[in-house]
Amino acid sequence: MRFYEYEAREIVRRAGIPVTEFGFATTPQEAKAAAEKITGPSVIKSQVLSGGRMKAGGVQFADTPDEAAAHTEAILKIEIGGQMPRGVLVDTKAQVEQEYYAGVVWDGSAKKPVIIFSPVGGIDIEQVAHEQPEKVGRRHISNLRPVSGYEAKEVIASTGVTGSELNKLTPIVTKLAQLFIDNDMTLAEINPIGRLPDGSFIALDAHMEMENEARGRHKKLLADLGVGDDETREAREPTPFELAGEIVDSEDHRGVAGNVTEFDGNLGLVIGAGGGSLTLFDAVRAHGGKPANYCEIGGNPSVSKTCGLAKLVLQKPGVDKIAVMMSIVSNTRVDIVARGVIKACLELNMDPAEKIAIFRIPGAWEDEGFKILDAYGVEYADRTVSMHEAARRAVEKIGGAQ
Amino acid sequence: MSILVDANTTFIVQGITGREAVNLTRECLDYGAGAKVVGGVTPGRLGREVHGVPVFDTVEQAVAHHGAPIDGAVVTVPPAFTKDAVFEAIENGIKLIVIVTERIPRRDVAEMVELAAANDARIIGPNCLGIIVPDVIKMGGIGGPAKDAAKAYSPGSIGVISRSGGMTTEMSSTLTAAGMGQSTAVSIGGDAIIGSSYAELMPFFEADKATEGIVIYTEPGGRMEAQLAQWVADNNSRLPIVAFMAGRFMDEMPGMSFGHAGTIVEGKEDTATEKIARLAEAGITVAEEISEIPALIQAKINERKA
Repeated sequence: MRFYEYEAREIVRRAGIPVTEFGFATTPQEAKAAAEKITGPSVIKSQVLSGGRMKAGGVQFADTPDEAAAHTEAILKIEIGGQMPRGVLVDTKAQVEQEYYAGVVWDGSAKKPVIIFSPVGGIDIEQVAHEQPEKVGRRHISNLRPVSGYEAKEVIASTGVTGSELNKLTPIVTKLAQLFIDNDMTLAEINPIGRLPDGSFIALDAHMEMENEARGRHKKLLADLGVGDDETREAREPTPFELAGEIVDSEDHRGVAGNVTEFDGNLGLVIGAGGGSLTLFDAVRAHGGKPANYCEIGGNPSVSKTCGLAKLVLQKPGVDKIAVMMSIVSNTRVDIVARGVIKACLELNMDPAEKIAIFRIPGAWEDEGFKILDAYGVEYADRTVSMHEAARRAVEKIGGAQ
Repeated sequence: MSILVDANTTFIVQGITGREAVNLTRECLDYGAGAKVVGGVTPGRLGREVHGVPVFDTVEQAVAHHGAPIDGAVVTVPPAFTKDAVFEAIENGIKLIVIVTERIPRRDVAEMVELAAANDARIIGPNCLGIIVPDVIKMGGIGGPAKDAAKAYSPGSIGVISRSGGMTTEMSSTLTAAGMGQSTAVSIGGDAIIGSSYAELMPFFEADKATEGIVIYTEPGGRMEAQLAQWVADNNSRLPIVAFMAGRFMDEMPGMSFGHAGTIVEGKEDTATEKIARLAEAGITVAEEISEIPALIQAKINERKA
């Protein structure tokens, strides 16, 4: 889950890392009040969960509180990366002599966090790594003992930074590594850290992402920041169809009907499980089919959950038929899924034989399932028909590639 | 022959009294020669039995009851308690730990993996279905009930490694239907950080004389395929590899997670396109469809033998 900059800034501040005086505002009046607290010029930054703010005109400089209010009014109307801003960050315009980069991320191969530091900050670290690799330091840290200052010191020193700079940056980077661990972050980045004319260092912009699975352990922080439990912060906002999918899933605890995602095709998909759904979605597209949705059923869903999902998909505008397909199941029962999808058709006064393009779920209780499908004349396939072949048949039935 | 487990492997089930764990225990006892499930652990349930398996409060009690070191543990406790359960297993001398539990924060996984490494123990998973040696033993829910597992898996010479539990069975079943059995199939889990990656399991298959080729199932997200490509390049492996890559559509949808927790395109290296290129550079054939896999791997094995 990605944090807005104003939230990330607060997390950094709480970790004991110096930040500039800042305020969050959702109206020009609030922005003016925040700018009045800042002595001197301010920066007004659009609060969206995407990059490219500068280019889009989402960052403006103001010399007076009135100017800050005017910029805020303009920025709040600018959509950036498909998102309207949640508000603006009113920040001190600091006099910076040099910019540095510090970040912590997971390294999935080493299975440890890695601290990354560069004395070349303010730009994309990937670019620095590409153009001046000697200016980027990296070091893994242990998962089993607390972060130790020397680890941050080694990374910083490896980039050629020494003297009082090194000694002042070390505690900042150490605290950043500690906050990464303490808050179950998947990314904690301060870019840039600025060196001010008096030789002190300050965090000027921060980017933080928390692991979704760990949100339950950080309820207090999230409540303090005003992050609601229902805020998914996905790459895009869920559509009404997707929200309806979440309701189908939450209404019954038996099994999973997850990750319901909207597409604009005509072939509805009732597919599972994790890997099976990825494979089947690709297979439909490889045969020229246009999926109306993505989903993952599994974990032995009940008749009512399967029925609810199938009804949702069948009723989606533009859906002509549905394909019910999974990789071989061992936990989920074939007969229960068969009952669920047939029930959905019947409740909508639709003919299962006509609406279900194909049913390809081999595995546990398949004989019982196939018997039910036979009774309603639904075309089905066992494991001798590959997932790709089943997808091909479904696409063919709906009128072939489009 | 096999990797990681064989007919003599002893293991416990942590969280054995949970509904899924009770089923899993039954399945393991019924499959092949019958797994040696020497105990179960659920705190507060000392003295009970699950399908004849004695239940203990602690791993220490289970080891004492067994009277000898126990080889493995299948961990099925809820995510908030998994790290503690795994630490308990490792510090009681268990060397192979299969973590079934999903939705464990990666910090916890990283701690478990580091403690395991320091104690010469190996973790498979989390968010996985475990290990199966066809007709011999299964450790975990892989393949489901014994009679269903018997339909999909057959003994033979192909090693299977998969980030998806269900697809481990689908691919093995396809191999079985083509007359190609499996030496060992391992469901390694779909999370961003897992105990054993492809590259980390390859040395085991390399050392297993029964294995002649490897089939892997992979997805967008992470650097595990690059790691495998590197391993193949560095080790002059005797084993030909065929891969299947699912989730190609995700390349168009950066930042969105599908399938498994670790399946997300966050950078160029995460994409299916990039991974397919990496694998191909290392001489790993990437199949377009599952049904092509048996012929592809057979051809590569024949090529090496010729």
